[in-house]
Amino acid sequence: MKQILKNRLLIFLGLLVFYAIIQILLSTNILNDVLMGINVILAVSLNLINGFTGQFSLGHAGFMSIGAYTSAIITYKLGLPFPLALLVGGISAGIAGILIGIPSLRLKGDYLAITTLGFGEIIRVIFLNTEYVGGASGLSGIPKYTNWTWVFWIAVITVVLIKNFINSSYGRCCVAIREDETAAESMGINTTYYKTLAFTIGAFFAGIGGALYAHNFYIIQPETFNFMKSFDILTMVVLGGLGSITGSILSAIFLTFVYALLQDYAALRMVIYAILLIIVMLFRPEGLMGTKEFSLKKLFKKGEKSSEFTVN
Amino acid sequence: MKTFIEQLINGLSLGSIYALIALGYTMVYGIMKLINFAHGDIYMVGAFTGFFASTYFHLGFIPSLLLAMLVSLLLGVTIERVAYRPLRDKSKISILITAIGVSLLLENGGIIILSPQVRTYPQIFQQHMYSFFNGIITISNQQIVIFVVSIIMMVGLQIIIYKTKIGKAMRAVSTDPDAARLMGVNVDRTVSFTFAIGSALAAVAGVLVGIYYNSIDPLMGIMPGLKAFIAAVLGGIGIIPGAMVGGLLMGVIEALVSGYGSSLYRDGVSFAILIIILLIKPTGLFGKNVREKV
Repeated sequence: MKQILKNRLLIFLGLLVFYAIIQILLSTNILNDVLMGINVILAVSLNLINGFTGQFSLGHAGFMSIGAYTSAIITYKLGLPFPLALLVGGISAGIAGILIGIPSLRLKGDYLAITTLGFGEIIRVIFLNTEYVGGASGLSGIPKYTNWTWVFWIAVITVVLIKNFINSSYGRCCVAIREDETAAESMGINTTYYKTLAFTIGAFFAGIGGALYAHNFYIIQPETFNFMKSFDILTMVVLGGLGSITGSILSAIFLTFVYALLQDYAALRMVIYAILLIIVMLFRPEGLMGTKEFSLKKLFKKGEKSSEFTVN
Repeated sequence: MKTFIEQLINGLSLGSIYALIALGYTMVYGIMKLINFAHGDIYMVGAFTGFFASTYFHLGFIPSLLLAMLVSLLLGVTIERVAYRPLRDKSKISILITAIGVSLLLENGGIIILSPQVRTYPQIFQQHMYSFFNGIITISNQQIVIFVVSIIMMVGLQIIIYKTKIGKAMRAVSTDPDAARLMGVNVDRTVSFTFAIGSALAAVAGVLVGIYYNSIDPLMGIMPGLKAFIAAVLGGIGIIPGAMVGGLLMGVIEALVSGYGSSLYRDGVSFAILIIILLIKPTGLFGKNVREKV
C-alpha cells in the first residue's frame, strides 16, 4: 500500500515537472502550440476503441468535429463559459458515438472501418451544408481559451480515466472482445453493450479533444476534420501499439514533433506517416510497444531511468 | 423529363467508370478478403500515365490506354508483392492498415512528384453531341466511348473469369484458398493475376475520367475509390455482376442527387447508401446470406 502511494506521488511529481518544463518552453516561445496534449487525448481515446476493444474505427475526426463545433457554438455563439463548452462538446460527441455505435457495431473488421469512415464523412457533409456554422468556410473568430494548463490536465484526466476503465471489469470485457468476439459472447459477455460503451467513451474524449482543438486555432472548417485527420490519429495509435496507452502517448508526442518540423511540407509528412505505417505493419505489426505499458515498478526493478509521462 | 434523361445518361457514364473501379475492389476482396484502399490511387496513376502518354508522347487513345493499363498493372502487382503478401497470414487489421499506408503513400508521393496542381487532359476526341428523339436524348461522343470501352472491358473480364484456366483458378481461390492449393492451384500467382486485372481496369477508368472531365490531380483517387468500394458493397462484394450493377446504380443516384438536389450532398448520400446497405443487407443486392461459423 505504502509502495503504491509512493509510486503515485512520484508519478504526480513527474507530471508536475513535465508540466512545468513545457510551460517554460511555451512561455519562452521555444514551443508554440499545445497540439501535443490534444493529440495524446485523441490517440488514447482512439486506442480504447481500436486497440483495446478491437473495433477498427476510422471516424475519430468525425467525433472530434462534433465536439469542436458544439463547443464553438457554446462559447462563440452563445457566450457561455469554456468548461461548459468542453463538457457539452464531449457529451454531444459521446451521444453521436452511441447513435453511430449501436447500428454499426454489428459489423466487423474492414466493414466497420469503412462504415465509421462513412459516418465521419457524413458528419463533415452535414457541417458543410449548415449555414449556422458557416458552411464550407467554417467558423472563425472562436476565442482562444485553450492553453497548456487546460490541455495538460485534461490529457492527464483522460489517460487516468481510460486506464482505470481498461483495468476495470468493463475494460476486461472489452479486451476479451478484442481477443475473440465469439468466445467472449459465449462466455456471457454482452458484446454489443461493451463495444458501444467503448465507442461512446472514445467518442466523448474525441469530442473534448475537438473542443480543445477548436479553441486553440481560432478557426474550424469541415475540411479540417476529413478522414486524413482520422488517419493522422490512427497513425499515432498504430505506431505506438494497438493496446498500449503509454505507446499511444509516446507516439502522439513523437508524431506531434514530426508534424511541427514538417508543417510546411504537408505531403512529405503524409509520405513519412505512410511509410511508417507500412514499415511498422510489415516488421512489427503490433506497433512499437505492442500491448505493453511502461510502469515505474518495472523501471525501478531494472534500475533504469524513469520517464516523466508515465502514468502507470 | 429532359433533365432526368440528361442526368440519367451522365449517371450511367459516371457509373460505368465506378463499375470499372469496383470490379477491381470486388475481385481483390473476393480472393483475399481485403479492402484494397490503394485501389483508388492505382486509378489515379492510370489517369496520369494516360495523360503523360497522350500529352508528351502524343500517343493515340488506344496506345495510351494500353500503356496506362500496363503501368497500373505493374504497380498493382508490386504493391501486392511488397506490402500485402508478407502480411497474408497476419491479422486482417494489419493488412488493412498497410493498405491505408500504401494509399497515403501514393497520394502524397503523387503530390510530391507530380505537384498538387490540376492538369488539363488533352482533348483526344473533339466533342460532338448526338441528339435523338427531337433532342430529348443527347449524348456526347465521349460518353459513347466510355460506354463502349467499359462494355468491352466487362465482357473481356467475364470471358477471362469463366472461360480461361486462370479464371477458374481465381474462382477456386476465392471459394476456398486452402482447398484450391490442395488441388494444385498456385495461389500466389492467382492473387497476383487478380491484382493485375483489377489494376488494369482501374487504369481504364482513370483514362476515361480524364477524357470525360478533362482534369486530373494526385488526390483524384480518394473519392471515386471510396465510391467504387461502396458500389462493390452495394452489389455484393466479391460478386462481379454485382459490382457492375452497383457501379451503375451509384453513378445514376449520384447524378440525380446533384441534378435535383445539391452537389454538396453527393458524397454524403453515397456514404448513407453504404451504411443503409450494410445495416439492412450486408451481403449486398446480389449476395446470399452466409451463416457465420464458429
